[in-house]
Amino acid sequence: MRNVSPVLMVVAVLLALWYLAVPVMNIKETVTQLERGGAQVVPASAQERRGAGHFGLVAKNTFAIPATFVQDRPRLPAPHQVGAELWDGVVGKKITSKRSLVYHGSITLSATLLGFAIGAGLGILLAVGIVHSRVMDKSVMPWAIVSQTIPIIALAPMIVVVLYSAGLQGLFPKAVISAYLSFFPVVVGMVKGLRSPDAAQLDLLKTYNASTAQGFWKLRLPASMPYLFASLKIAIAAAMVGAIVGELPVQGGGLGNRMLTGSYYGQTIQIWSALFAAAILAASLVALISVIQRGTLKRMGLS
Amino acid sequence: MTYLLLALILWLALWALNTRLANGPSSETRAVSLAIPLIFGATLLAIWELVVRGLDVPLVILPPPSLIAQTFATQTAILWADFVQTFVKGALTGYVIGCAAAFLTAILVDRYALLKAGLLPVGNFMAALPIVGTAPILVMWFGFDWQSKAAVVVVMVFFPMLINTVAGLGETTAMQRDLMRTYGASYAQTLTKLRLPVAMPFIFNGLKISTTLALVGAIVAEFFGSPTLGMGFRISTSVGQLALDMVWAEIVVAALAGSAFYGIIAAIEKGVTFWHPSQRT
Repeated sequence: MRNVSPVLMVVAVLLALWYLAVPVMNIKETVTQLERGGAQVVPASAQERRGAGHFGLVAKNTFAIPATFVQDRPRLPAPHQVGAELWDGVVGKKITSKRSLVYHGSITLSATLLGFAIGAGLGILLAVGIVHSRVMDKSVMPWAIVSQTIPIIALAPMIVVVLYSAGLQGLFPKAVISAYLSFFPVVVGMVKGLRSPDAAQLDLLKTYNASTAQGFWKLRLPASMPYLFASLKIAIAAAMVGAIVGELPVQGGGLGNRMLTGSYYGQTIQIWSALFAAAILAASLVALISVIQRGTLKRMGLS
Repeated sequence: MTYLLLALILWLALWALNTRLANGPSSETRAVSLAIPLIFGATLLAIWELVVRGLDVPLVILPPPSLIAQTFATQTAILWADFVQTFVKGALTGYVIGCAAAFLTAILVDRYALLKAGLLPVGNFMAALPIVGTAPILVMWFGFDWQSKAAVVVVMVFFPMLINTVAGLGETTAMQRDLMRTYGASYAQTLTKLRLPVAMPFIFNGLKISTTLALVGAIVAEFFGSPTLGMGFRISTSVGQLALDMVWAEIVVAALAGSAFYGIIAAIEKGVTFWHPSQRT
């Protein structure tokens, strides 16, 4: 409990700040709307209001504050609006509906998981190769590092379009981007982990006359597990980002697509709810890996 | 067919050369450990060229490196303007603001135990989230020009930088802190003379992670709206026109800028943390 209360406090403060920011961000649109509805606003002409500061407008039009929380297309939606939209999107709509967040979330989730599986698998294989082969260590590792200084996400639209013209569409192009983003943390973590047994342990195996394969299965692989799980957590979060960005240029749905259409049509509440849905999804994926990590390491006697 | 055969032979030959170099007696020298990855990279480029020609891959799927180089050379004016708009104005401004803000927040968080207990889990949580998703919102708030790109970059680099700096500030041992106390050092003295220097490797780790994030944030934010200029804008419109050579030229710019940015930060790190074991050879 002692660890939870400061976190709750910070979250409460953030929420309070958010609520305070809502009137300030939305006041201009709200006042204009109220004026059209016949209300007396200060200052009265639209020309004067254009130059006025947001804070001044809030102070002079205190009666308009409640209205700022119920705007249809606010610049900053209030937390409860986002919450309501999120609830409606998850529970209120049929799962097959194009407006259901479960539907869009499942598209993003499947791309994330496929990409994560490919990326993590390739990453582990590459790490095994790098640890056992000097040539691969020397020639591939520098490029694996350089590849991460390239903003690969920028390639996302191109990869999707190219794979589309090559006849591949749907899940796979997004998964490719996810895989690329998730593979690097796995390679780095796994190489570190496979090299983590110290010289005394490796020497012991040598005195047992153990083969390289035995050394790998009995010593290196078990020793690498803590490192592997730490990097898997980073990798799945990265895979999620990849899937979302990969969805931007395609029309097939998904949380990223939901955000883009929301931004085209000025549906801010829709963007925010998609963003929070993505956040919750990412957080639960990371939490899931944490649970698996705890279980595995406990059974191995490492934690 | 001959092209493909040539590619295969080239691959085997250069891989054999690399194997010899890596297992040879001089494999630990600087020149060789630089040469091996360069040979590998050149091999990949050559094979790309040969395979594209050999299989007659259409230009709209994968242009050969030679064509990309040609586009790069002829379109330097456009590429430079895009680079200035996206990298110098958007990414760099956001990077400086975001890292500075995170650094100051970290010192504040470190000072107060309550903030540390409360803000750090939230920061850790935020760092794992798909923050690029805030791009459409920030573009709506700050307009289409580079200010909104800088804002996205600020949000993206803030949390990784915050977590790394806080972790670094906690790196001192009890013995070191006790020594400072016996000297009668004030909080500020302990901070500047002991804890910040010790935190430097962590801070630079955050700075290095943030270089890539900054470029990614600036480019992705342009997909949500931008002036008719910028690397992200050029990539998305050129993809629409199927002008893939232009897209790849833009990617080369991004790769060069990203690597150079990372390299500069790494070089500064080398100068600042010369005492750290990982920098001593």
